[in-house]
Amino acid sequence: MINLDINGKVRAVDVPEDMPLLWVLRDELNLTGTKFGCGIAQCGACTVHVDGQPTRSCQLPASAAVGAKITTIEGLSGKAAAAVQKAWADLDVVQCGYCQSGQVMAATALIAENPNPTDADIEAAMDGNVCRCATYVRIKAAVKQAAKLVRT
Amino acid sequence: MMLRQLLRQAASNVAEPAPSRRTFLKGTGGALIISATVPLGSFAAEAAGPAIIGPADPRPNVFVRVAKDNSVTVLVKHLDKGQGIMTGLTTIVAEELDADWSQMRGEHAPADSKLYGNHFFGIQGTGGSTAVANSWDELRMAGAAARLMLVNAAAAEWKVPADQISVSRGVVSHKPSGKSATFGQLAEAASKQPIPTKVTLKNPDQYSLIGNETLHRLDHVSKTNGTAIFAMDVRRPNQVTAVLARSPRFGGTVKSVDDQAARAIPGVIDVLTLPVGVAVVAKNTWAAIKGREALSIQWDDTNAEKRGTDQMLAAYRAQAKKPGTSAARKGDTATAFKSATKVIEAEYSFPYLAHAPMEPLNATLEIKDDGGAEIWAGSQFQGIEQPVVAGILGTTPDKVKINTLWAGGSFGRRATTNADYIAETALIAKALAAKGMKVPVHLVWTREDDIQGGCYRPLVVHRVKGGLDKSGNLIAWEQSIVTQSFMAGTPFEPAVVKNGVDATAVEGAADMAYSVPNMAVDYHQMASPVTTLWWRSVGHTHTAYAKEAFIEELAVAAGKDGVAFRLALLGDKHPRLSGVLKLAAEKAEWSKPLAPAPDGSKRARGVAVHESFQSFVAHVAEVTVAKDGKIKVDRVIVAVDCGQAVNPDVIKAQIEGGTGFGIGHALRDQITLTDGLVDQNNFDGYEPMRLSDMPEVEVHIVRSSARPTGVGEPGVPTAAPAVANAVFRATGQKLHDLPFSKAGIV
Repeated sequence: MINLDINGKVRAVDVPEDMPLLWVLRDELNLTGTKFGCGIAQCGACTVHVDGQPTRSCQLPASAAVGAKITTIEGLSGKAAAAVQKAWADLDVVQCGYCQSGQVMAATALIAENPNPTDADIEAAMDGNVCRCATYVRIKAAVKQAAKLVRT
Repeated sequence: MMLRQLLRQAASNVAEPAPSRRTFLKGTGGALIISATVPLGSFAAEAAGPAIIGPADPRPNVFVRVAKDNSVTVLVKHLDKGQGIMTGLTTIVAEELDADWSQMRGEHAPADSKLYGNHFFGIQGTGGSTAVANSWDELRMAGAAARLMLVNAAAAEWKVPADQISVSRGVVSHKPSGKSATFGQLAEAASKQPIPTKVTLKNPDQYSLIGNETLHRLDHVSKTNGTAIFAMDVRRPNQVTAVLARSPRFGGTVKSVDDQAARAIPGVIDVLTLPVGVAVVAKNTWAAIKGREALSIQWDDTNAEKRGTDQMLAAYRAQAKKPGTSAARKGDTATAFKSATKVIEAEYSFPYLAHAPMEPLNATLEIKDDGGAEIWAGSQFQGIEQPVVAGILGTTPDKVKINTLWAGGSFGRRATTNADYIAETALIAKALAAKGMKVPVHLVWTREDDIQGGCYRPLVVHRVKGGLDKSGNLIAWEQSIVTQSFMAGTPFEPAVVKNGVDATAVEGAADMAYSVPNMAVDYHQMASPVTTLWWRSVGHTHTAYAKEAFIEELAVAAGKDGVAFRLALLGDKHPRLSGVLKLAAEKAEWSKPLAPAPDGSKRARGVAVHESFQSFVAHVAEVTVAKDGKIKVDRVIVAVDCGQAVNPDVIKAQIEGGTGFGIGHALRDQITLTDGLVDQNNFDGYEPMRLSDMPEVEVHIVRSSARPTGVGEPGVPTAAPAVANAVFRATGQKLHDLPFSKAGIV
């Protein structure tokens, strides 16, 4: 048994220690908002926050997450998150939407840390999150709009 | 246009029991039997028919459901895979219904080709950018019929003449008496009203929701908070997860399996050897993946593709120099070339490309006690999946219930002519059931399965030759197209492949809009076990590039401006193509050259224009070429004419995304094979466009009241050639071989 602190609750899961956090969330805890996209940390669809840091859950063994505070899209809260989700909705960023949990997680982490990101900051923070629908024009705009919301 | 007409004709072919040539279906007795025999004309009658269901109404609802809680739900027969069709079709109903946008809901319709067939295909299915065009009449009628039933119900209840009743934003009112009611309050009474046989549709100048830029997508919240449910997220009681080991070489089959180590992996339940590969069934996805890694399989490569793409490409190039099957012929090119003062030739090559939708392919299938099945999938061709699964399970298509869920992208991949991944799921579920384990099976493709799994945009070579007279007029055009056919061997073949020419391979070339008095387009069909499929914008993915890049070379040879040269070739016969070209050029300030970059980088604009799926698109790309030759696409201006714009913001989003899709793949994507093995296996080797690659995109929609056409695909074809033409104008470098990374500029 492994104890994991997920969205403020300690959850005991009976999984092999090398099972990536992604599959613990999705298959054991039915937290399906975190998505499987590539399994090799190349697309960002599985992004969660581990102690506030955006982390690819597909490459994080469950045992390595013990003791950390894990936040998934289902447990996302706070000013930055609210601003990001509002901007995403206001600008109709989504198309297929499959990558957007990860995009929202990455953008929230960015804005929580840097409420005034430059274009270069946005590229650095968001380039690891692939959107095959190429909603990037709106992702950029929404990050800026969310940052503005957080600042005001 | 050609594809749609042919697919419509294809309906009559798939309506007949047609054995599939796909080996695994043959092996499992999965004859493709499609029962879509309802005449197309009957759809409209159904549409105008039972439009409202209330609690006491036993009639089957078809497209619209008005509930007592005042919500209006539109049953959307097309798959929403990101293109926004749930929003689009709901808008059409809401407009004629005079509903308030906030009360509108959308849900995927059940699988039933009789009620929900695509009029262009004859079966239920989504593709070819047909969804809005296909639903435009029936959903306007459905909305108008529902409105009339609400009005008649109010008239009866209030005992007032129906023609004194008005409807606005979801409220039915009778001004003289001051009475009013919501749709919800009238739902039950309205459901008992007779079904109107005649409805009056609005004129476009009465629209308040259609064409409204302020409407939000119906999925704009659920897809940003993780609550939207995709097939990947389906969790059924006792569900098991399966992954499948497929032959690493296309056309290979299982020779022998040692599954001892796989079975020892904790969580692995069973290992099944099937005609499609070796399935590892487990309690969860991770165990299934680990189990598959532990398999030791010998493959029989007797009939497999063992060539590399370099060899295949060399064979294609050699073939392109030979005469092929005629796809279009006009005038006398041989004589014309003799009289030409300038003749140029070019050869273009296009790699295999994977669709790689963000949500890897997956489906859950549960065998029912009556021998039928229930499926949860991002189902795109329900009208094929139902009969294929029925064939595998030995039941009838109507016993195969499909729950269509939001799909995490498709780009053509889920529109398979043999139901591939859903058929695999059925085979696994059937094999398990035969061993006494009748449980829901969730088959998951990993990203590696997806990138290496075929169904690629085919490898293509175009050889093009053009002749100019002394005034720089284009007088002769010869084009040779060498590729695989993904229609051959499918039920669509008789309709789509005519006189040895696959229409999906030559669309956009054989019917080129530019006026050339002497023209010949030849087609060469190559064969390989590598599986191929339509990929967002189908034949136009390569024909538009070859045509638009070569036209630019001819314009330069003729000493002419790219826009002026194209406009002259379009003449007055193609006003909508000329229209988008002029609009894009004007918005891009084409006549004012781009200022050079301060660091000495070269900057230039490139243009391309094309018709696909009856929509018209022009791209102008602004590109910077750095001193080291690397390119950056800075800004793209797009003009689109898709007739009446239903949801302008969704159209913009599709054109933005299509532009990114077109440019992203042109920059650096290719699937290559070495000795028959795919060289790429995930997003590291097949690296998708990322945010930092994305240019600014500015979309301009032509105002039109022409019948609406699609936008899912038409944003793709002209994006890459516009970039190539900008590079050509900036540096003189001709980008003949895709992706651009081959030329060292990415």
